[in-house]
Amino acid sequence: MENKKTVKTGIRYAVYILFTVTGFVLAILENIFVPQIAADFENKKYALGSFVLSINRAYRIFLFLLIIFYIAVGIFSYLKENRQANYIKKAKFRFACGVALGIWDLFGTKLMYFPQPFFPGPAKILEAFLMESGYILENTLYSLRLFALGFSLGVIFGVGTGILIGWFDKVYYWLAPVLNISGVIPAVAWMPFALTIFPTPFSGAVFLIVICAWFPIASLTAQGIQSTPKSQFDAARTLGGNTVYLLFHVAVPHAMPQIFMGISSANAFAFTTLVMAEMLGQPGGLGYYINTSKVWSAYYKVFAAIIVMAVLFSLIMKGIGAIRGYVLRWQRGLVK
Amino acid sequence: MSKDVLEIRNVNRVYNDGEKDVKALSDINLTVKEGEFVSIIGSSGCGKTTLLKLIAGLDMPQSGELLLNESKITGPDYKRGYVFQQNCLFEWLTVEKNIAAGLKARHVYTQNKDKVSKYIDLVGLHGFEKSYPHQISGGMAQRVAIARALINEPEILLLDEPMGALDSFTRADIQDKLLDIKKQENLTMILVTHDVDEAIYLSDRIVIMTPRPGRISEVIDVDIPYPRQRGGAEFINLRRNLLDKFHLASAEPQPEYFI
Repeated sequence: MENKKTVKTGIRYAVYILFTVTGFVLAILENIFVPQIAADFENKKYALGSFVLSINRAYRIFLFLLIIFYIAVGIFSYLKENRQANYIKKAKFRFACGVALGIWDLFGTKLMYFPQPFFPGPAKILEAFLMESGYILENTLYSLRLFALGFSLGVIFGVGTGILIGWFDKVYYWLAPVLNISGVIPAVAWMPFALTIFPTPFSGAVFLIVICAWFPIASLTAQGIQSTPKSQFDAARTLGGNTVYLLFHVAVPHAMPQIFMGISSANAFAFTTLVMAEMLGQPGGLGYYINTSKVWSAYYKVFAAIIVMAVLFSLIMKGIGAIRGYVLRWQRGLVK
Repeated sequence: MSKDVLEIRNVNRVYNDGEKDVKALSDINLTVKEGEFVSIIGSSGCGKTTLLKLIAGLDMPQSGELLLNESKITGPDYKRGYVFQQNCLFEWLTVEKNIAAGLKARHVYTQNKDKVSKYIDLVGLHGFEKSYPHQISGGMAQRVAIARALINEPEILLLDEPMGALDSFTRADIQDKLLDIKKQENLTMILVTHDVDEAIYLSDRIVIMTPRPGRISEVIDVDIPYPRQRGGAEFINLRRNLLDKFHLASAEPQPEYFI
């Protein structure tokens, strides 16, 4: 009886794996069977190792790899019940993604139905990665370096000044108005100064990211410190805690949820500032790549850069989320 | 004869509520002996928590002085452990780390590491070391608060209605825990409460306070041997007696009742 049941759920799960990849299979079939309108498209060849491929074939290989990947994920998820449930939950969405790729390819690359070159198809965008993956990687690393340096400095300055403003009344008196007035100015407004005052465009952009991250982090940190209940300080004092203990072992941990709220919103501002800064005067980076591609009307490259950004920024957000989850692990079950 | 641990001499505390001065405490005199359990009872606003805060050093009197073992109380100190009314645990620390907080605050944690498990056992929280405050019940949280104060080996333990927010079963449980601790450690304790039964069950002496201005109206010795029976004749007599006094004590002419 028991055995029969597991076989049954196994079959049911296999159907979900098939369903997940069906969308991508449809996208491949569409790409094979619908003829290309633009003649030159199929003729472009790219060498991938020892293989020489047309773009459409490269695109089909890409889809095929996606199918393999989702099947592998499906088999791997079978081992754990919660992963299984998650995979089943996502099956519909992944199917729709495949179908959407097919439709996009049909109207974008095949029928050239969308105004070209503004809305290239997925195969065309893949071309950007095949043509100049090295150059895209170079620019991605430039963006990443700029972001990492600017944002981590912004967090350090933000938390630092936030603690000072929240803890010392005198610092609050003098710095809080400065923070409130300068904080509402979009960081890119400082661009002319940043580019003239700082010796290199890179350091200028770092400055812009630092100030855009500084404001939300500093003001929320200060609020978190100030909202610490007096009774918690009293408790710490009767336990033998001195001022340093009160600040770093009571006020700062109490402010931690607010500090992370600041960091999350600063993160979103920092992405915007990063791309704007790169578009307006950096010798590299994804924003720069978008700008130069636009000049040559290579909109497929613009889309390629946008996809890289989507992946990169969501990975950064995930990373920060993971750190947050670890630091605030005491809240688990307390906050939804 | 055991020695005097705490001496309170002619203490006055006045608050200014913006318009006029409010006398929270007026001429308070009290001496507490070593190992003694003293309860302070009174209606709200009689200044009992203010008095406890003064003993803790969290507040300062305008006149008079408070002495712990003959040295003047000038500020908060770990030698006067304090258990708060509301649950004042550090919610970002586990039970174990909350209890160890006092040791860490005083930078004596490394040489006293093994004390943590001793106090966890003392309050019966074995198995909950790694839980966070929001994961445990209110009664357990107050036991953590008691252990957290005790780990510093204070000379006196101040309890500010620590059982006020608990249900009666949990309350009885913690009361017994406090009596255990009193017996084991011969620790001097002062409890602020508005529960007459609780005061009789636990105390060697009961201090009755009256409001406006807050002062001590009477001090009653409780001679019933431990463990006390809540249903015992002596218990019930004392309770009746006390409630009578308490009613008298707070039955001041109250103008709001005259129409």
